[in-house]
Amino acid sequence: MKALVCVKRVIDYNVKIRVKTDKSGVETENVKMSMNPFDEIAVEEAVKLKEKGVIDEIIVLSIGADTSQETIRTGLAMGGDRGVLVKTNGQEIDPLNVGKIIKSVFDKESPDMVILGKQAIDDDCNQTGQILSSLLDCHQATFASKVEVNDDKTINVTREVDGGLETIKISIPCVITTDLRLNEPRYASLPNIMKAKQKKIDILDINELNIDLKRRVETIEVNEPPERKPGVIVNDVDSLIDKLKNEANVI
Amino acid sequence: MKALVIVEHNNKSIKTSTFSTITAASQICESVDALIVGNQLQEAVDEIKKANDVKKVYVIDKDGLQNPIAENLSTHILEFLKTKDEYTHVLTPSSTFGKNLSPKIATKLDVQQISDIIKVFDSDTFERPIYAGNAIAKVKSNEKIKILTVRPTCFEPCGQTSNVEVENVNLESVDLSSVSFVAYDESKSDRPELTSAKVIISGGRGMQNGDNFKLLEGIADKLGAAMGASRAAVDAGFVPNDWQVGQTGKIVAPDLYVAVGISGATQHIAGIKDSKFIASINKDEEAPIFKFSDYGLVADLFEILPELEKKL
Repeated sequence: MKALVCVKRVIDYNVKIRVKTDKSGVETENVKMSMNPFDEIAVEEAVKLKEKGVIDEIIVLSIGADTSQETIRTGLAMGGDRGVLVKTNGQEIDPLNVGKIIKSVFDKESPDMVILGKQAIDDDCNQTGQILSSLLDCHQATFASKVEVNDDKTINVTREVDGGLETIKISIPCVITTDLRLNEPRYASLPNIMKAKQKKIDILDINELNIDLKRRVETIEVNEPPERKPGVIVNDVDSLIDKLKNEANVI
Repeated sequence: MKALVIVEHNNKSIKTSTFSTITAASQICESVDALIVGNQLQEAVDEIKKANDVKKVYVIDKDGLQNPIAENLSTHILEFLKTKDEYTHVLTPSSTFGKNLSPKIATKLDVQQISDIIKVFDSDTFERPIYAGNAIAKVKSNEKIKILTVRPTCFEPCGQTSNVEVENVNLESVDLSSVSFVAYDESKSDRPELTSAKVIISGGRGMQNGDNFKLLEGIADKLGAAMGASRAAVDAGFVPNDWQVGQTGKIVAPDLYVAVGISGATQHIAGIKDSKFIASINKDEEAPIFKFSDYGLVADLFEILPELEKKL
C-alpha cells in the first residue's frame, strides 16, 4: 500500500508567539519553525506501518513556501521515501483549499491512505482531514490513537473521542488524522538525515492546480488574549484553602 | 436569518455542549431550530425540546444511526438542509463529535467553516482562538451560509424550561455508509473528563516519578477533580499521554486548575489560560507558572500535598 502523509511547517511549539503590533497576525520572522507535532505523529505512524510491511511507499507532502522543503526533509529523515511540495508564495490558505490541493496530489499519486495531524497548532482549525475525505468521498477516521491494518486491507482505527475511545472499521482509500496517543515520533538519526538529503522532492506550482485561492474567511485582526490579573503568593496551605473557598469560591 | 443547531447526544441524553451552542446561535439569529440525528431518540428528544431559545426541534430517528459515524450524520444532515433553504447558520459544538462532523457538512456545501468560535460580534463576524489561545483572531465569513463550531465553555448553556414543537423527518431513502462501528469504550475512570471538569489537579516534572502522582489522587477525590499532567511529566513517562494538558494535549478551562510541580512552559500555559482560577505549588519561586497563577504557594510539594489533602 502507498501512504501520503501531509506535513505543515508551523512555529515550533516551544516558542512563545508574539502578535504583530499592526494586529495583522503573528510574528513569524526569525522564529524557530518545526513540523506540526500532530503531523510528526502521522509520519511516525506511516513509518511504523512500513516497518510492519503494510505500506511500501511513503510520500511526504507539504504546502507552503520553499522553506517547507525543510519540513519535508524532516519527514524523509524519519523514514519517508520521497517528497512533494506544492509551492506557494507563503500566503495563508483556507483549509477547504488545502483539502482541494491535497486532493489534486491524491488524484495524481493514488495513495491507499492519507495520514495527517488532527490539527495544526497554528490555526487550530481541525478540518483538513475531514474536508479531504469529503472531497474524496472516502472513509475518514479522525483523532486516531490506534491503527490496525487487517489482512483484507480494512483498517480498524481507535479514535479518541470525548469520554472514551471509539473503534471503527474503514476501507481504503481512507483519511486518518492522528491524535497524541497514537505513537511517539522518533528522532531522525544523523545518517538518516544525511540520506534524506538525497531523496527526491517534486515541486508543483500551486498556480497550476486551478484552485481559486481567494479567502472565504478573512482575518480582520489578531489580538493578544486578555491578560490574567496578577495573582498573589500565599504563605501556607491554610491561606491557600481559605482563598480558594472564600475568595474564588471554587471549592 | 435562521440558525440550525446540530444536537450532540448519546441517544438517551443531551450533552451540555448542545445547550451552550444554542446560546451562541441565539446571539446570532432570532430564530433557532435544532436537529437531532440518531436512533431510538425518545428520551433525548424529550430533553432537547425543553431548550429555551429553540423554536422547533427536527428529529431524524433511524435504524443505523445509533452511532455517531460522521459519514452517516453528514449525509442525513445535508439531505435535510436540501429541503430547508432558510438556514443562514449551522452550528455544532466544538467537541470531538462536532469537529469530526461539521467540516464534512461545510465541504459538501463548498463552504469554509469557522472552527471553535468563542465570541459573536454579528451574523458574520466571530472571534476564535489560534495558537492554542495565545492569540485571538477576529474573523469574518463571506460565505452564503455560515458553518460554525462553537467552543462550549465560552457560552452559558441555555435554560431548559420550554416545550417546543417537534417534527419527525423521514429520510429512510438516504443510504448508510459502509464505515462500521466496532466498539465504544467509555473511560472507566470515576473522575471527570479533563475537558469538562470543574476542577483539575495536574502534576509536572516536579512530581519526580509516576508513583508520586498518588499524592494528588486523594486531593482529586476530595475536590471531585480530574487529573492531568504537563508534557514534561508525560515525556518522562510518569503518566499516560492522555493526561497531557497543554497546546499539544488537552486544552482545558475549569473553574479551578491546580498546578503542582509544574514550571509553566509556554505550551502548558497555552492549554490552561482559560481557567477561571489557577493555583500553583512549586518550590522554585522564580517558576513562570506563578506569573499566571491567581494563588501561588512556594513550597516543597512533598510536604504540602499531604497537608492539603488532610485539611480539605
